[in-house]
Amino acid sequence: MEKTTYNFKEVMSKPERLAPGHRMCAGCGGTITVRTVLRALEERDKAVIGNATGCLEVSSFMYPYTAYEDSYIHNAFENAGATLSGVETAYHVLKKKGKIQENFKFITFGGDGGTYDIGFQSLSGAMERGHDMVYVCYDNGAYMNTGTQRSSATPQYADTTTTPAGKVSAGKVQVRKDLAAIMAEHHIPYVGQSTFTSNFKDLYTKAQKAIYTPGAAFLNVMSPCPRGWGYEPSEIMRICQLAMDTCYWPMFEVIEGKWILNYEPKNKLPIEEFLKPQRRFKHLFQKENEVLLGKFQEEIDKRWEELRNKCN
Amino acid sequence: MAIRERLSGNEAVAYAIKQVNPDVMPAFPITPSTEIPQYVANYIANGEIDTEFIHVESEHSAMSATIGATAAGARAITATSSCGMALMWEELYVAASNRLPIVLALVNRALSGPININADHSDSMGARDSGWIQIYAESNQEVYDNFIQAFPIAEDKRVHLPVMVCQDGFITSHGVENILLAEDAAVKKFVGEYDPEHYLLNASEKMAIGPYAVSNYYMETKRAQRQAMINAREVILEVAARFEKMTGRKYGFFETYQMEDAEYAVVIIGSAAGTCKAAIDEIRSITGKKVGLIKIRVFRPFPEEELAEALSKVKAVAIMDRSEMFAATSGPLGAEVRAALYQARITAEVVNYFYGLGGRDITVSDFKTVYKNLETIAETHIVTDMYEYIGLRREQTEEV
Repeated sequence: MEKTTYNFKEVMSKPERLAPGHRMCAGCGGTITVRTVLRALEERDKAVIGNATGCLEVSSFMYPYTAYEDSYIHNAFENAGATLSGVETAYHVLKKKGKIQENFKFITFGGDGGTYDIGFQSLSGAMERGHDMVYVCYDNGAYMNTGTQRSSATPQYADTTTTPAGKVSAGKVQVRKDLAAIMAEHHIPYVGQSTFTSNFKDLYTKAQKAIYTPGAAFLNVMSPCPRGWGYEPSEIMRICQLAMDTCYWPMFEVIEGKWILNYEPKNKLPIEEFLKPQRRFKHLFQKENEVLLGKFQEEIDKRWEELRNKCN
Repeated sequence: MAIRERLSGNEAVAYAIKQVNPDVMPAFPITPSTEIPQYVANYIANGEIDTEFIHVESEHSAMSATIGATAAGARAITATSSCGMALMWEELYVAASNRLPIVLALVNRALSGPININADHSDSMGARDSGWIQIYAESNQEVYDNFIQAFPIAEDKRVHLPVMVCQDGFITSHGVENILLAEDAAVKKFVGEYDPEHYLLNASEKMAIGPYAVSNYYMETKRAQRQAMINAREVILEVAARFEKMTGRKYGFFETYQMEDAEYAVVIIGSAAGTCKAAIDEIRSITGKKVGLIKIRVFRPFPEEELAEALSKVKAVAIMDRSEMFAATSGPLGAEVRAALYQARITAEVVNYFYGLGGRDITVSDFKTVYKNLETIAETHIVTDMYEYIGLRREQTEEV
């Protein structure tokens, strides 16, 4: 890694590797994740970008147009890990045989549907085998491409189209799967969890580490979805800040097995602050659901304590 | 000089892999194809080849990684059977539509359920619409020969389609037979260096593969695949001619056995053709009756016209299917052959048999019965059923 200091202006002036003109929604968090991660590539390095089926894929590579400035492969929904592991292996063979001289990096993107759920096995296999690649999950907490169905990344009580809040339902029953921790248990050299901070330093530096650490790396990036979550698109940065300040979305990394907490709010805010601006949690603010807010807070507190213990 | 050996079908394929020395092999074990990746792993472990093996966690990932590696610019292969290929199903279509020249060693085995590990063509026949070229073998020699020919067929710029090289589980894959192997250098020269036109790791040309293509592009994509399948016909024959020059062994879309004057013909795929040939020899030597055989080698692209021509003079045909498709008409081979005959206005009587499902034996005596039935049908012009069974226990036919 060449740069140790972070210069916001310099970083933001780097050429875009996801060209404008794609068809992702205004204010989409997924696109912000992709642009930020790709910005962390050294300009001289070539890359092959992988992609699980999802919003990102169907909106950024509609034949005959691609938004990617690098070589790109989409295969299917559940196999971004396996597909890129094939590409990465081919690279090593062809390099060994002298058929390729240039340096290539391998980064694949998947939503939480393609990563936590249907692509979980393929991801686990790719990480376990230690391919020199980065798997980036743009986690927007539901199957957004098909219209906001619940995933195992959907927070408890969220109103989704398959866990609708109704007369006898308070939304999703189960709590979130902690995928970053599961990936850390694969004992890969680098795992990072991030979202958008005002200067994007956290995600940028984690992406840099993930890309330039030899071996398998995993990034879990909370990437809010204005349509699925039900907030004003202009509010995205505030939503991310509230996710961090309520400890809903802890910022941490696991480097060679060492857990590091990257952000500890000075004043930990109550979870309501994060939930309130989002339509998917509207029903929690009805009088009879007060107890559920309490349960939500308990789960947050429990996980936050667990994480702090790991990081000590 | 050819090398004389005694190998099983799996060993023969593994040996061909060693000679071709592909770049990447992702694979997941499944009976009866498991030995193929095991042999390859041993070659790698002993430094005999420099193929990179990817120890994938499933067959879905095996085909996904094979697709990734081929798209990246590597020569990549895999091997599987039965449910393993069923798990790859989605990816078979992706491989074909992305026009990736992958070679898959398929050891045919029945699909579950009930779970059964024996020879049956339900795996590959189910995948017949996936856009893959399918080549079948009767013997170890043929599967070795087909496997080597698969690379120049798949990689030909007129074709660019994946090829499935099929052999019958256990019967061929585990049966040890005499075999003639070509020399390493000759095989290497025959398959040549893999030189893709477009690939992900080409530093001077970026590429994007696997787009979302809406209705205004999808149909042309399928037509282009069909054109590749049409082109494959001449390429298969060209490659076979080149192979004959190297080995002296001749291949076409199908093999004819005693068909010159045949009045009664069997059309079959795979290892059971050998049993049928034994029956033909016996019948001809004892009774002089004019019985013959057509053994399909290339099922995709299907050689409709050539097959119809080969059957144009017979009185009755028995089409033998080693897999079910639960259609009112027949099995998959039956449907194809009947369509070919109908289109060519050939009026031979046709009957379709199911045999050998889940590895059930078929004997010389069974084939003698088939030929006897053909005689009756030709005489009476009465075909009672569109399909019949060989070796089925009758008390169970009505069970539900």
